[in-house]
Amino acid sequence: MVVEEKDPVDVLTELPEGEGITIGAGEQLPESLWKVRLRLFWKSFKRNWTLFKENKIGLAGLAVIALFALMALSYPVMRSAGPWQNDAVYNPVIGYDAPRAEFEIVATEADVVDPTTQMDANKAQLWCFRVVAGDTCVIPQQPAPPGSDHWLGTDPLGRDIASQLAFSTRAAFLLGLIAAVVTVGVATTIGSIAAFYGGWLDNFLMRVADLVLLLPLIPILIVMSGLWQINLPILGVLIGILSGFGGTAIVLKSQALSIKVKPFIDAARVSGGSNWHLISKHIIPNVLPLSFLYMMFTVTEAVSLEATLSFFGLLNIDMSWGIMLNTAQSQGYLRSGLEFWWLLIPAGVAVTLLAAGFFFVGRAMDEVVNPRLRAR
Amino acid sequence: MLKFVGRRLVQMVFLFFLFLTLVFFLLEAQPGDITAQFLDPTIPAEIRAQLVERLGLDGGVWSRWWNYITNFVTGNLGVSFQQYPRPVLDVITERIPRTLFLFTFATLLSYVIGFTLGKRLAWKRGGFSEHAITVSGVLLYTVFYPWFAIIMILFFASGLGWFPINGFLNPEFWRGAPYTGNEVFGQLIFSLLITGLVFGFTAWFARRQEERSTARVVRVIGYGTSLAFLVIFWLVRGDMRPFALDIVHHSILPIVTLALIAFAGVMLLTRGSMLETLKEDYILTAQAKGVPEKDIRDKHAARNALLPVVTSFVLGLAFIIGGGVVTETVFSWPGMGSLLLTATVAEDVPVATGALAFVGILALLAHLIVDILYAILDPRIRIQTGN
Repeated sequence: MVVEEKDPVDVLTELPEGEGITIGAGEQLPESLWKVRLRLFWKSFKRNWTLFKENKIGLAGLAVIALFALMALSYPVMRSAGPWQNDAVYNPVIGYDAPRAEFEIVATEADVVDPTTQMDANKAQLWCFRVVAGDTCVIPQQPAPPGSDHWLGTDPLGRDIASQLAFSTRAAFLLGLIAAVVTVGVATTIGSIAAFYGGWLDNFLMRVADLVLLLPLIPILIVMSGLWQINLPILGVLIGILSGFGGTAIVLKSQALSIKVKPFIDAARVSGGSNWHLISKHIIPNVLPLSFLYMMFTVTEAVSLEATLSFFGLLNIDMSWGIMLNTAQSQGYLRSGLEFWWLLIPAGVAVTLLAAGFFFVGRAMDEVVNPRLRAR
Repeated sequence: MLKFVGRRLVQMVFLFFLFLTLVFFLLEAQPGDITAQFLDPTIPAEIRAQLVERLGLDGGVWSRWWNYITNFVTGNLGVSFQQYPRPVLDVITERIPRTLFLFTFATLLSYVIGFTLGKRLAWKRGGFSEHAITVSGVLLYTVFYPWFAIIMILFFASGLGWFPINGFLNPEFWRGAPYTGNEVFGQLIFSLLITGLVFGFTAWFARRQEERSTARVVRVIGYGTSLAFLVIFWLVRGDMRPFALDIVHHSILPIVTLALIAFAGVMLLTRGSMLETLKEDYILTAQAKGVPEKDIRDKHAARNALLPVVTSFVLGLAFIIGGGVVTETVFSWPGMGSLLLTATVAEDVPVATGALAFVGILALLAHLIVDILYAILDPRIRIQTGN
């Protein structure tokens, strides 16, 4: 007969929460476990926030991220009314909304006095069939310069740039979130397991981590995107795995090693904790804070990688900052100088700023975690 | 030292096979096999079977893996689909020197900029200039690379007209030239390589001299010789010179762009490492002795802060290779990076995976070189691993 053995330490933590913990005969902890945890968390959060606040660049990064979050939220609100009212919210992928300009038709090119309102009949044939002098011809403007309808103009396909920018922000955050969560999961697991078990497993995992660290992500992802159809969630997972298994895993492993030798690990083992219990309840929670730091750098990486791959048209994504530039490039507007600046500047600045925002926050967190970097 | 190099070499070979395996499984895991993808679906089944057998695709995964590895080691990377029937290895070997050229100069430049700025940043903590340099450095580090490259082209090439917009050479100028681009480029690489080797040897040899005066003499002679060699070489090859200069002219903007993208990483690392070094007692001692500030910064602190920066080269390496792929593509610089991208877009699978494998080899080799360099710079490393 197989008796299911329960880990004694697990039994302790699996007590119904909120009721207080019974230790021995009738003794009770004054508070339930989660309250203690919350209070500890809040305390360390406040302490770290004080340190973080000293770093002005980190605060600026946080402000940039908040700004982008607002932008992402603003999209459905700001774009829920307008000429596209048959749809609830303007869709920047398929929403053709080029502003129309009315031209007065004159006989020959020499008669054109004001080229913004007049056009010769010959040229107008391109848009209006069989017009003659005296007629008017309505011509869609694409790309249209910024105006009251379109704050940042339209792209070469007549779609609103401001909406595309805000719409893509959501995608960028989603991608960053997926990549960050996967990185943290992969890196803490690999790091803790390698540190805990040691031996050949550690050796093997660390050699693989060396390899992943050495390899440039962009070429690998370029080739992968050629072999498969990669969409946003898959890209997030790939970036998460590749950046989590590399440098982050190595750093977290050394952190886990320093925790493995602490007395409380021995105490937990003596009281009968299984390997799994030690890893999941003692090592991982202690490694996790450090992994949040690397999460920030992963988000930076994910945002710029996605933009780069999209720019080359390798991803199966319908709208992102990279796609915006890709559209402008493929329509031939990108190398013509700053005449069509609204096609070039907003998307590039958005990618750079959001990536930099996360990087600055990561760096400020680095100073909180590593005292040697602090000014004092 | 030899033992150390040997150990690293064995490790690198192991990593290389691990990497090849990864590339193989990338290929293996793609949907559909190569015959289903690129052949007329109406060909008879027995012919398809014959083809599968001839391509060695009929065995199990491990036999295919073994085939792939042995073929790779013997230099058989298959045939390019796009430039049929040119062998992949041929395509790649043509591209490698161009990438190495771009990569070497961009790395050197980014290290020079990053190290110089980094030590200054650490020396003057706080203050406006620190924030300004850090912010602009990080913005360049996280910048959307293709976009940044385009801005550089718009500004320096289209706007100011200082540099050509893109490409490797100016075809109009080369019309009727007695040499091919590769010949001239080969000579260019050769002369620069010799110059660099003499330069590096001089620097190493001069550091080994006990006497300051002898070190100075060694430096003057060595650096003089290397520069004189370069000048004389191109005076002798005067007929080739304008063509070589054309290639150099085309390479400046990509090199600067890549270096600007990459320098911030070095800068931040130098800063961190310097901050740690500045807390050491010998800095305090030097200050107490009244050593000039500049000497403390450059000779006491920066020298010692350099070591961790050199090790972290590995981290920057992957970054700069990735940036190189983008830079090459935007500047139409016909190197490995643009080959990788164009082959991928054209679904030229053998070339794409071959290029990826060679990018990996490049990364591993550079890592090995840095490891050896590090062991030369820091005796502690080789003593530790020797035991």
